[in-house]
Amino acid sequence: MQILDRRLNPTGKSLENRQRFLRRAKALVQRAVREASQDRDISDILDGGEISIPTGGLNEPQFRRGPGGIHDNVLPGNKTFSEGDFIPRPEGGGRGRPGAGQGGGDAEDAFRFMLTREEFLDLFLDDLELPDLAKRRLTEVEHEGVRRAGYSVSGSPVNLAVTRTMRLAMARRMALRRPSPRAVELLEEELAACEDETRRAAIRAEIAALTAKMRRIPFIDPIDIRYRRFENVPKPVAQAVMFCLMDVSGSMSEHMKDLAKRFYMLLYIFLTRRYRRVEIVFIRHTDRAEEVDEETFFRSPATGGTVVSSALEAMRHIVQDRYRPQDWNIYAAQASDGDNSYSDGELTAQLIQNAILPVTQYFAYLEVGEAGAHDNPVMPNSALWGIYDRLRSEGAPLAMRKVSTRSEIYPVFRELFQRREGKPAA
Amino acid sequence: MTTDTMTRLYDGAEWDFATLQRIHDACEEIALSELGLDVYPTQIEVITTEQMIDAYSSIGMPLFYKHWSFGKQFTQHEALYRAGLRGLAYEIVINSSPCVCYLMGDNTATMQTLVIAHAAFGHNHFFKNNYLFRQWTDAEGILDYLTFAKNYVAHCEDRYGHGLVERTLDAAHALMAQSVDRYPGKKKLNLRQEEERERRRRNHKERSFNDLWRTVPTGPGKSVSELSIDRRRALLGLPQENILYFLEKTAPRLAPWQRELLRIVRHIAQYFYPQGQTKVMNEGTATYVHYRIMSRLHQRGAISDGNFLEFLQSHTNVIFQPAWDDPRFSGLNPYALGFAMMRDIERIVTRPEDEDRQWFPDIAGTGDAMAVLRDIWANYRDESFISQYLSPRLMREMRMFQLHDDPAETEGILVEAIQNERGYQRIRRQLARRHDVGWIDPNIEVVDVDLMGDRRLIMHHNVVSGSLLEEEDAKRVLQHLADLWGYDVLLREVDASDAILTEHICKPRCTLLAPT
Repeated sequence: MQILDRRLNPTGKSLENRQRFLRRAKALVQRAVREASQDRDISDILDGGEISIPTGGLNEPQFRRGPGGIHDNVLPGNKTFSEGDFIPRPEGGGRGRPGAGQGGGDAEDAFRFMLTREEFLDLFLDDLELPDLAKRRLTEVEHEGVRRAGYSVSGSPVNLAVTRTMRLAMARRMALRRPSPRAVELLEEELAACEDETRRAAIRAEIAALTAKMRRIPFIDPIDIRYRRFENVPKPVAQAVMFCLMDVSGSMSEHMKDLAKRFYMLLYIFLTRRYRRVEIVFIRHTDRAEEVDEETFFRSPATGGTVVSSALEAMRHIVQDRYRPQDWNIYAAQASDGDNSYSDGELTAQLIQNAILPVTQYFAYLEVGEAGAHDNPVMPNSALWGIYDRLRSEGAPLAMRKVSTRSEIYPVFRELFQRREGKPAA
Repeated sequence: MTTDTMTRLYDGAEWDFATLQRIHDACEEIALSELGLDVYPTQIEVITTEQMIDAYSSIGMPLFYKHWSFGKQFTQHEALYRAGLRGLAYEIVINSSPCVCYLMGDNTATMQTLVIAHAAFGHNHFFKNNYLFRQWTDAEGILDYLTFAKNYVAHCEDRYGHGLVERTLDAAHALMAQSVDRYPGKKKLNLRQEEERERRRRNHKERSFNDLWRTVPTGPGKSVSELSIDRRRALLGLPQENILYFLEKTAPRLAPWQRELLRIVRHIAQYFYPQGQTKVMNEGTATYVHYRIMSRLHQRGAISDGNFLEFLQSHTNVIFQPAWDDPRFSGLNPYALGFAMMRDIERIVTRPEDEDRQWFPDIAGTGDAMAVLRDIWANYRDESFISQYLSPRLMREMRMFQLHDDPAETEGILVEAIQNERGYQRIRRQLARRHDVGWIDPNIEVVDVDLMGDRRLIMHHNVVSGSLLEEEDAKRVLQHLADLWGYDVLLREVDASDAILTEHICKPRCTLLAPT
């Protein structure tokens, strides 16, 4: 008999099979993921989770007996039947074999399984890619840096921590009462001065004892030695900041804010996948702009007119103060119902063109409306849309869409971030 | 029986490898000396949950070629397990020599004892002694063969591409169930035996020579076309029920490596064929053996009362059989049926009643239960086992009844027989039939190939009691078959009187042909 412990064997033996399966089912899984992410709350989207796909393309057919024909079956647990009784066939199923039908298990028309968070998001974001994605110096290569991480008892001589070593040595010497050289010197002076023979012998013995003890307790022992320890840590070189700009004036309804929120969250998920560190700045504006926290941004009401340039101005300041464009990838997403005070138009256009677009990787404008608002094709374009549209037609890298229902968010997001084939990186 | 005490094997739930060794040795002592079992050497492997799911998804084998369908299995099992819908088996045992038993690392010491008794002795004895396994499987060679298969498939993937290999395997898997030899083939004779046979035949002819036969008029001779049909079929070895074998040997357009893949799939199907036929017996044997061993260990003081109760709890879970109208019912539990029958046989052998003497004159009251059981374990499969040894008493205890569901009957489903004097024989026959692969699996065979015409492959499904093939699946399987064959395939479903009930025709898609 032989006992083997296989628990430490490398895991994931089935990983390759699982990947093959996912590859095979890719189209189906992707569709399921897309549907799932439309239905569920976007805040749950990072959880991965169960999806179900139709078994259609994945079944493994076998020759099987069909449902027709005469069936005989033996079952346990007869309580009331006598020979010759008839049991009415169960309704609906058509196939009447009480009990036995449950064991068949062939009615499986959907195949449910769990995707890990990674797998889910991978599929979710699979065919998306940011435009002009990373600044060249901030590629996705991981930079490792070293960091001090305390002391260790082993290491290379160059990392010897002298003070720490000496401190430990001193502590040890004191604890073990190592005689100081000074004490020996004093005794030797006394010996030289002393005439009394017995006293001299005593002093000599004491000196001998002290020097022996000094030899036994070394000045520095290997156990005192400490080295500086260093640890490799990934440096957050790929960092991004995401500016959420939103008009919170009275004309923005809860529905519109909800749409905007969803869009921001998708953007956030996307950025967290791309960058090690993502910061979010919320700027809300009415006729003046302020930087707020998330809760205030989405929840607390504000009233006033609408001056878009104030938000852009605030963003410019924040970028200048805190996010140097050389170190940060800057993304901005603006949501608005499109209102802007007429006199602000020219200023907005200038800010966008001269201050915002040069430093951002990507600027998306999402015009949210009440459900069904954009069904009317003759509705005139909003003030803001008009400005941005003009800029875009002049070649500014702006992405803009109109959205009015929740289910449109995801398709719009996809469209905005569609791989841009053939477009050279800036 | 001796009642000498044993030292306590373990305390509490903790175990280590020394404990496993002690447990194994104690079980071995009882299994070999008291039960007289005969087993392959065992190899116990302790594994984690995830590895158990791994093993599940490659049909229990420790190594297997890569294929997406195993990934599908894995994904499915994992989902069910994570959701808490399904527990995992406590063990998996492989019919190999040495017999590999997987034990879950999370089990308690009692569970490990149970599993060792169940798998390392119960199943192991059954694998080594049952005639089906002896006839059809090669316990020594299987792991080597799987290694070969795995490497060969990987090699083919490298050389001919994943897609092509995957499609070939897909097609082969679809035909797996129809690709086993159901009867041991003729052994090829060597020269001396052939001479011997020739001599015997000549002797027979000489002895029975009668010149009168010459004068008896013969009927009209067979026409040339009939002869050629017969000859053709004989040359192709038709009719042939082992479809993959037939394709491997005769499919005109397969590349040699594809034939080898078919052969691998076919061999593996053959290896598992006995397991499907001996589910009740195999589990019954193992359950009976672990029950005996555990009881003895407890009796001799090797297991404490508390741990024995823990064992009984899992044991009764395993052999739980809900009644047909219970929401938990999902068919007859092979563990329950097998174990009940083994216990019943033990009772018949040692404490028979009049009824038993009448039904089982051969074994009733012979006294040595283990000898009788060992003989049964060696020489029966589920179908023959049930039709021989299901006793009236057990049918009464389990309250078995038989239903007859004829779609033509409008009143409902007829209760054909119940657990009484008139019903015993019928119930027993029917239950045996439900465990007969000959009845469960559709009987499909290759009957002809139109070599003179369009090389169409002609198959017959011999329909039993009017139940045709499930159409969607049948079409898909036929598609795979046509792809492998390379030309049209025609499947006829015929009833006992050779009347054609329905026909399916399928054209190949040419997706399987290797670029040459």
